[in-house]
Amino acid sequence: MSETAERAPEDVAALPPTPGLGGGPWGAVKRAAAVLAQQREATVFVVAVLLVIYFWRASPAFLTKDNIINISQITAPVAIIAIGEVFLLVCGEIDLSVGFIFAFSPFFMHYLIDYYGVPAVLAVLLSLLMGVAAGFVNGFITVALRVPSFIATLGTGFILWGLMLTTSNAYPANIPDKAQGIGHWIGTYAWAEITWAIVLVIIFQIALSRTRWGLHTVAVGGNILGASEAGINVARIKYTAFMLTGFMGALVGMQEAFRTNSIDPSSGGYTPMFYAIAGAVIGGTALAGGSGTIVGAFLGAFVLSALTDGFNLIGISANPLNIIFGAAILVAMIANVQLSRLRRAGRTT
Amino acid sequence: MTAPEPDGLSPVGGPPGTDPQAADGAVLRVEHIAKRFGAVTALVDINLHVGRGEVLGLLGDNGAGKSTLLKILCGFQPPDTGRILLNGEEVQLKSVDNARALGIDVVYQDLALIDELTVYHNMFLKREMVRWPLLNNRAMRRIARERLDAIGIGLPSVDVPVARLSGGQRQAIAVARAVYSDAKVLLLDEPLAAMGAKEAALILDLIRDLKQKGDISIIIVAHNYGQAIEICDRINLLQHGEITFDKLSKNTSVQELNDIVIEEYRRALLERQRSA
Repeated sequence: MSETAERAPEDVAALPPTPGLGGGPWGAVKRAAAVLAQQREATVFVVAVLLVIYFWRASPAFLTKDNIINISQITAPVAIIAIGEVFLLVCGEIDLSVGFIFAFSPFFMHYLIDYYGVPAVLAVLLSLLMGVAAGFVNGFITVALRVPSFIATLGTGFILWGLMLTTSNAYPANIPDKAQGIGHWIGTYAWAEITWAIVLVIIFQIALSRTRWGLHTVAVGGNILGASEAGINVARIKYTAFMLTGFMGALVGMQEAFRTNSIDPSSGGYTPMFYAIAGAVIGGTALAGGSGTIVGAFLGAFVLSALTDGFNLIGISANPLNIIFGAAILVAMIANVQLSRLRRAGRTT
Repeated sequence: MTAPEPDGLSPVGGPPGTDPQAADGAVLRVEHIAKRFGAVTALVDINLHVGRGEVLGLLGDNGAGKSTLLKILCGFQPPDTGRILLNGEEVQLKSVDNARALGIDVVYQDLALIDELTVYHNMFLKREMVRWPLLNNRAMRRIARERLDAIGIGLPSVDVPVARLSGGQRQAIAVARAVYSDAKVLLLDEPLAAMGAKEAALILDLIRDLKQKGDISIIIVAHNYGQAIEICDRINLLQHGEITFDKLSKNTSVQELNDIVIEEYRRALLERQRSA
């Protein structure tokens, strides 16, 4: 799926048989494996399939409808936030504040509806816009004031966190009655979140790999001076990525509030953001910028969710889970670095 | 060193006031361009011109201001003072895009290639073919292939990331990208820097082909005097932010250029000894 430096399917089909892979059915399988190995998502896809098989064998409950819904509801918020983070990571930035946009957006919607009488649909839209505005501020501090995004978003994250806690007095709030209707479509229905996630993943994977915007995002992360010299508006690309991440954070915040039927000041925070970045990295996005894949990040989010859910099902305590997560991130990162090196050297072709 | 009078033998002559005939033929003319970066004066008072189909070599020591001048001419950064005339009309180069739209394109010393992107995406970077809203990859791939074949750059595939290519191939792709942008003025910043003989020959052939076609004016920033004299019609020497030498290539030599630069070193050394 990552078109940027991968071989397009039509060209792969036109390639002569790779020397050493042989002919016949076995050769075709080997060629298919070679093509798969060129896709950034290949490693995480194989890991995801193996995990499903392992947990299904270990606990048949893993593939029941209820558990699949459960996994989807863990996967979806991480995957949606990861969409924004992948765009940011690809263009060489990061957003640590997105979890606090997540936390603040449902409160913002609640204030607009219950204190200012704003219609529910408009309040939802304005809350999404609040996320976009927060992303713009992150972009402004990073691009215009030249503060590294790690620090800029650390600061804005604390501010949003403090704003949310101060305005809510750190008490949960109920979902406004007027918003219940629209809330079903946003997050209350069992499959709502994963449906949003899949649709958004498809749209933004296409945007990243098949549009000028995506190509320029990769160019900015790959060689910022070169991109600038080629005439690409680097600042605009970065602003857009921050605003996209803010939008995704605000959307997920409202989805989770509707799903749990409560606006909770303890939701969001650093955890979903770190899971999203971990998912992106496991899925093949380079932290150094210049390459990434939304589908890979979705698969990465699924792997993390399957691990969380699967270990719970087979009765392993949550305590060692972080060891597994840490190891998964390190292994994925090492594999990505080594595979990228091989791809560059042309040894996978 | 005082600026010598232009030799009057160049196809389009020297700065305005010294060679009235020049004004008519110049595609690009630069008048009294100056640029400072804080306390550092990069360009003092630049006057140069290039005629239609002419190849102008811009030589000078490190830090003489060659790259700064090129970045001004391609719209990457604005000059502090002075003006730029294109076909006799003053133009404001507000951005790289703006300069490109006016027919001025550049190949930077760092090539402005994106390692992670394929050859064809690099060739079309910022000029992508789009079948809205998606990139028309199929068309870009086909045209990139045709263009590279036309200029004799043999690549097994345009789908490989440019990171996999040799220095000469990368340079050729950057030049091809600029050539096919319908540029009327092409700026090449150190096109042969850090290149082996075989790879340099590839680029020199490419420049010769462009020169033969005669419809693109080229300014080449170079370090190698021999190569510059061989490929360029005229040589300008940039020293301390000023053009101090302007001669047709056939009327100068590597020896003459070396003598000027050595004299400059001697002068600088003497000044340092006096001030010490």
